[in-house]
Amino acid sequence: MGLNIKQIRSDFPILHQQVYNKPLIYLDNGATTQKPQVVIDTVRELQETRNSSIHRGVHYLSDQMTDRYEAARETVRAFLNAASTNEIIFTSGATGSINAVAFSFGEKFVTAGDEIVISEMEHHSNIVPWQMLCDRKGASIKVIPFYDNGELILEKLDDLLTDRTRIVALTHASNSMGTINPVKEVIKKAHAKGIPVLLDGAQMVQHGEVDVRELDCDFYIFSSHKIFGPTGSGVLYGKESILEELPPYQGGGDMVDQVTFERTSYNTLPFKFEAGTTNYTGAIGLAAALDYLQSIGFEAIGRYEQELTGYTLEKLGGIDGLKIYGTAANRISVFSFLMQNIHPYDAGMILDKMGIAVRTGTHCTQPVMDHFGIDGTIRASLVFYNTMEEVDALIEGIQRTIQMLS
Amino acid sequence: MTDYNEIQQDIVDEFSVFEDWLDRYNYLIELGNDLPAIDPKYRTNEYLINGCQSKVWLHADLVEGKLLFNADSDAIIVKGIVALLVKLMNERTPAEILQNDLFFIDGIGLRQNLSPTRSNGLLAMVKKMRLYAMAYQAKENQNKES
Repeated sequence: MGLNIKQIRSDFPILHQQVYNKPLIYLDNGATTQKPQVVIDTVRELQETRNSSIHRGVHYLSDQMTDRYEAARETVRAFLNAASTNEIIFTSGATGSINAVAFSFGEKFVTAGDEIVISEMEHHSNIVPWQMLCDRKGASIKVIPFYDNGELILEKLDDLLTDRTRIVALTHASNSMGTINPVKEVIKKAHAKGIPVLLDGAQMVQHGEVDVRELDCDFYIFSSHKIFGPTGSGVLYGKESILEELPPYQGGGDMVDQVTFERTSYNTLPFKFEAGTTNYTGAIGLAAALDYLQSIGFEAIGRYEQELTGYTLEKLGGIDGLKIYGTAANRISVFSFLMQNIHPYDAGMILDKMGIAVRTGTHCTQPVMDHFGIDGTIRASLVFYNTMEEVDALIEGIQRTIQMLS
Repeated sequence: MTDYNEIQQDIVDEFSVFEDWLDRYNYLIELGNDLPAIDPKYRTNEYLINGCQSKVWLHADLVEGKLLFNADSDAIIVKGIVALLVKLMNERTPAEILQNDLFFIDGIGLRQNLSPTRSNGLLAMVKKMRLYAMAYQAKENQNKES
C-alpha cells in the first residue's frame, strides 16, 4: 500500500507555514528532521506531568519516568533488533556516540602503531574523534577511497585491513552524496581478520530498516533528531560482549556501583555508560518517533522514497549545466549538486527566499569536497513527508536561480 | 563628499522600493557584477577572509589620509554586499569609519548575513575594514607624535 502523504504531512505541524510569504519547502532533512505531533505531545506531556529524575527516586513520578525511559530503551532495541537492552546506550547524539566509542574502545584496545580504518566520505564527526584518539595513542588513520560516482573502492579495503587495524568506522549512508555503503561486505572482510566495525547510521535509520544482528556490526550509532525525535539525544548500540570489556568514558552518578575515595566499582550495562542525569525526555521522545515510523511502516516509506529519489534524479538531470555529486546506484534521497559557475551560497540564498530550505557548503565532509576539487555543494535531502510537487518547486527554483545568476 | 550616514540612509531608501526579496537580490547581483574585480595580487591567501561558505578578499591602502579598499568575493550576492560596504567606506578617513555605526545592513534586511553563524566572511570583513582603519589611525597618530 502506498503512503497517504497528505495525512502524513498533517502529522508535522511545522511544515504548514509560510516563509517570506511562500509556502515552506523543507529539503534540509539531512541536517535535521521535523517532529510529528505525537513526538511534540510526548515531550510536552513529560514536561507538564511526568518530569522526575530517573533511576534514583523512591517516589511515584520517578518510578513512572524510569519505566518510560526503560520502555524507550526496549523500543530502540526492537527497532535495531538488538539482542538485549544491555546493548542500547542513550547518548547526546551520533557525535556523542562516536566520541564515546573512540574514547572507551581506544583506551582498551588501541596502542602506538595501531591503525583505524575509516572512509573518504565520512562526516567530520566520524573523523575527528578518531584523530583525537590517534593523537593520544600514537595510532594512525587509514582511508578507504571512493570512486567519482560516490561508491567505495572496496578492493582497497583488503590492503587497508592489516594486523594493526583495531577498528573500522564507516558511514552506513553518506550525508553529502547519498551513497548507501555495502556495509555487510565490509563487515565480512573486517570480521574475517577479527576486526570490529562501527557503523554511523545517522543518515540511514530515517530511510530504512536496520537490523544490527543481520548486519553483524559491532557498534551502530545514530541521532534522535535526524529520525524525527527530539534533539540532544542519540543511541549507541554495541555488542554486549564488547561493551562489557570497555571502560566507561564518563564518570558520574548512576554509572557506579560502590564509591569510596579509594576506589569505585561500576554499574552494569547499559548504565555504566550513562553517567549523570541522562536526557530521558529525549530518549522517550525518540521512542515516540520510532513508534510513529513503525505505524507507517518502513517498507512503505522505503518504496515511496525510492520513487521520490528516481523522480528527483530525473528532474535534476534535466537541468542544463547541473552536475550531481554522488550517483551511486544504491542510495538515499540526499542529493548534492552544483550549477555551472554558480556559487552554492548564492543559490542557497536565493532558494531560501523562495521558501526552499536546502543546505549549502561542505556538509561537514571536507574530504569529499576535496575529492571533487570543489568548495561546497547545494544539498537537497528529502524524507517521506516530502512530495513530488516540492521537487517540482525545487526544480523551478533552481531554474530561476540560474536565470538570475547567469 | 556626502556625509557617511547620508550614504547609509540612501542605500536603505534605495532598497525600500523592492517589495520582493528576489528583486533585492537581483540588485545586489548587479552591484556585485559592477564592482571591479580585485587586483589579482590581492586575491591571494594573504588577503583572504575565510568564511566556510564563501570567500572574501580585502586589501586597504591609506592615501592622503583616506582609506582605499580593494575587495572581492567568490559569491556574487556576497560581492554585492561587499560593493555596498566599499561604496560606503571607500575614500573615508579612519575616524569617519570608526566613529559611525554601521546601520544600513540592518536597514536593508541583510542583518543575518553578518551573523557569525552564517560564516560567509562578511562579518569578518567588516571587522577587518575597521581594523585597517584603527591601524592606519594609530600609525597617523604615531607619525604626528614623532
